[in-house]
Amino acid sequence: MPKLSAILTLTSSLILGIGGVWIAYNIDMLPVSASMNAPVYDELYRVLFIIGCILFIGMTALVIYSLIQFRRRPGDTGDGINLEGNISLEIFWTAVPAVVVLFVGLYSYDIYDRMGGMQPLMHDHNGQMDNQVERVWGGIGSGPIESSSTKNLSSLPIELTAMQFAFIFHYPKGDIISGELHVPVGREVSLKMESKDVIHAFWVPQFRLKQDVIPGQPTVLNFTPTKAGNFPIVCAELCGPYHGGMRSNVIVDEQEDFDIWLKENSKESI
Amino acid sequence: MTISLKPSNPTPKKLQPTGWLKYLSFSLDHKIIGLQYLVCGFLFYLIGGSLAGAIRVELISPLSDFMPREVYNQVLTLHGTIMIFLWIVPVVNGAFGNYLIPFYVGARDMAFPRLNAVAFWLIPPSGLMLITSYFINGAAQSGWTAYPPLSITTPAAGQIIWILSVLLLGGSSIFGGINFIATILKLRRPGLKLMQLPMYCWAMLGTSILVVLSTPVLAGTLILLSFDIVAHTGFFNPSLGGNVIVYQHLFWFYSHPAVYIMVLPAFGLVSEILPIHSRKPLFGYTTMVFSIMGIVVLGLVVWAHHMFTSGTPPWMRLFFTIATAFIAVPTGIKFFNWVATLWGGKISLNAAMLFSCGFIINFVLGGITGVALAQVPFDVHVHDTYFVVAHFHYIVYGGSVFVIFSSIYHWFPKFTGKMLNENLGRFHFIITFIGFNLCFAPQHWLGLNGMPRRVAEYDPQFQLINQISSVGALLMALSTLPFLWNILQSILYGDNSGDNPWNALTPEWLTSSPPPVENWEGEAPLVLEPYGYGEKDSNQTQEKIK
Repeated sequence: MPKLSAILTLTSSLILGIGGVWIAYNIDMLPVSASMNAPVYDELYRVLFIIGCILFIGMTALVIYSLIQFRRRPGDTGDGINLEGNISLEIFWTAVPAVVVLFVGLYSYDIYDRMGGMQPLMHDHNGQMDNQVERVWGGIGSGPIESSSTKNLSSLPIELTAMQFAFIFHYPKGDIISGELHVPVGREVSLKMESKDVIHAFWVPQFRLKQDVIPGQPTVLNFTPTKAGNFPIVCAELCGPYHGGMRSNVIVDEQEDFDIWLKENSKESI
Repeated sequence: MTISLKPSNPTPKKLQPTGWLKYLSFSLDHKIIGLQYLVCGFLFYLIGGSLAGAIRVELISPLSDFMPREVYNQVLTLHGTIMIFLWIVPVVNGAFGNYLIPFYVGARDMAFPRLNAVAFWLIPPSGLMLITSYFINGAAQSGWTAYPPLSITTPAAGQIIWILSVLLLGGSSIFGGINFIATILKLRRPGLKLMQLPMYCWAMLGTSILVVLSTPVLAGTLILLSFDIVAHTGFFNPSLGGNVIVYQHLFWFYSHPAVYIMVLPAFGLVSEILPIHSRKPLFGYTTMVFSIMGIVVLGLVVWAHHMFTSGTPPWMRLFFTIATAFIAVPTGIKFFNWVATLWGGKISLNAAMLFSCGFIINFVLGGITGVALAQVPFDVHVHDTYFVVAHFHYIVYGGSVFVIFSSIYHWFPKFTGKMLNENLGRFHFIITFIGFNLCFAPQHWLGLNGMPRRVAEYDPQFQLINQISSVGALLMALSTLPFLWNILQSILYGDNSGDNPWNALTPEWLTSSPPPVENWEGEAPLVLEPYGYGEKDSNQTQEKIK
C-alpha cells in the first residue's frame, strides 16, 4: 500500500511537472517582442509561468481532491484523524519553497543584469563633470545591454518631455520635435525623460519596458528596437482625467527609412 | 484543568441600552462593537461595490462614454479607499477581532472598552465625509495612492477631505491595534499560555504590531501632503523643490503592510474555520505561529517593490525583490498546512468550508502572480497595468473577502442563535466564485498585452476581454442578493442553532448563542487545546470542553 501511494504521488507530480512546462510553452499571453531585452524578459516570464502553473494546478488539485475524498459521508458524525503536525513534512515544505524562491531570485537577478539593470548610473549620459551632475535614475535598460562602451557611444539620444496629456520627443540631432517616436531598428536609443507637471510613465508593451517620467527628477531609459513596425506608447501612471487617452506611437523603421525621416524633418542640415 | 476565575465587576446594566438601539449606541460591549463594525463595513462594501460596477460599465466600451473623465477618476479613488479602509480593514480586524479575541483569551471584554467604542465611532463619520465630498466639489481624483504632484494639482477640497477621512480611519485602526495587543498579551485567562491561543489571536497580534508600527507613518505623510495642498509648502511639490519619490516611500511603508493588515487576520480566521469543519486539529500550529511573525517582519521591509519603475537605484530594486519573494516562504507554509488540515478529515461541504477553500485557490494564484511581480525585470513590463489589478483583487477579494463571507457563514449562529440556509449559501459561493474568476482572471492577459490600470478609455483590441470581465462583475453583484436574502430570512425565520451547532472546541462556542453580556454566565472556560479534534473518541472531546 505505501508503495502504491508512493508510485501514485510520483506519477502525478511528474504529470504535473510536464503539464506545467507544456502549458507554459503552448499558451502565449505576451504581445510581439520587439526590443533586444524583450526575448530575455520572455525567458523569465516562461520560467515563472512554468513554476506558477505547477504550483497552482497542484494546490487546486489537492484542495479539490481533499474536498471530494474526505467529504463527510451522510450519518457520519465522527472526527478525522488526530494529526497535529509532522515535523519532517513541515521542514520539507519550508525548504522547497525557500529553494524555489532563491532560484527565482538569483535567476531574475541574472535576467536583470542581462537587461542592463545593474549598471550604476553615477553620471549623466552626456558625461558631465561630477559637480555639475544631475541625479539621473536609470530605467531597467539604462545600462548598455552588452556592456561595450563603443556601442554605448553610438546610442541615439532622444529627449522625452511628458505633460498632461502628451509625450513630446526632441531629437538633439537635427532639432526635431515630434509627437511620435521614430527610431531605427538595431540601434540603441537613449531616452532622457522628464515631466513638466505630474508623474507619467513611458511604456511600450512590445519592448517590455516601462519607466516613470518624473517631475524634478530626470530618468533615463535605454533600449534597442529589433523589429520594424508601429507599436503603442502608453502612459501607465494615473496623470489626470485624460490619462487613458495619453497614448502615442513608436515607429521603428529600417535605418534607411529612419535617415530619410530624419533628413526630411531636421531644421538644420545634418 | 480548570482554574477558578471570578466574574469581574458586572458593568452597570442600566448604562447599556437594550433592544436593537444598542447597535446604534456608544456601547462598550465588544460583541456589539464587533457587529457594529461588521454591519457598517458591509454597508460600505455595497457602496464600494456599486462604484466598482460603475467602473466596469465604463469599461464595456473602449471610449470614455459612461461618465465624465473627472468623475471616473473620483469613482476609482473612492472605490479603492472605501474597499480598503471602510470594508476589509475594519471587518477582518475590527469586526471579527472585537467579537472573537476576548472569547479566545478568556476575557469578559477588550482591555480598553471605551477606546474600542471610540475606534468604531470614528468610522461612520469619516466614511460619510468621504462619500459626501463627491457632492460638495468633487471627491479626490488621484487614486487611493494620492501620488503628488497629481494630488496637489487636482481640486483641493476633495483631496483634503480624503486626507482627513483617511487620517481618522488610520486613527481608528491604531486605537484598535493597541487594544488588541493589550488584550491578547495582558487579559489572558490565568493558566492560558500564548502557545495555547487559537491561531486568530496570533494573526491579530501580528496584524496589530503592523498597524501600530506603520499607520503613524501614513498619518505623518498625509499631514505633510495636506500642508503642500493648503499651505503651499514644498515637501512633495517638485516645483518648490520637493521630492515626489519620498512620498512614495513613505506611503508604501504603510500601504504595503496594509495588505498584510487585510490578509493576516483572514489567515487567522481560516485557521479557525478549517479545523472545525474538517474535524481535525490545525496542522502545524507552531510553524503557523512562526510564519505569521515571519510575514510581519518581512512585510515591513518590502515596500519599494511598488516603485520598481519610479526613481529607485538598482541595489534597492534587488534588495526589495529578494525580500518580497521570501514572503512566499512563510505564506507557503500556511497554505500547505491548511491543505494538510483538510487531508484525512471529515469535511462538511458547507458554505463556510467552500468559501475558505475558494480563498485557498484564489490566494494561491494571487500569491504566484505576487512572486512574479516581485521580480524587477518582470515588474517593469506589467507594473501599473491590469495584471496588477488582477493580482491584488485575487489577494484582497479572492483572499480577504472570501474569508469574510466564510466567517459570516461560520459565526452567524454565534452572533444570532439562528442557522443560515446552507443551500442558499452554497449557491452564493458558486456564483461568487465563478463571477470573481470571470471578472479578474482575464485581466492578467489585459495587463500583459498593454492595458494600463486606472483608464476610462483603452485600445479597442481589448474590448472583448473587458466585456467578459464586466459580465463577471455583474455576477459578483448579483451574488450579493442570495446572501442578503439568506441573512434576512434567517434573522426573521431561521432555525434555532443551539449554542454550538458545529461542535466546536474554541471558547466562543462554549457559551450560549448569542452570548450574554459578560460572555459566560459562570467563570470563563480554560481551553488548552482549541484544536483538539480527533478520532480517538468523542467523550474525550467532551472532556476537553470541561
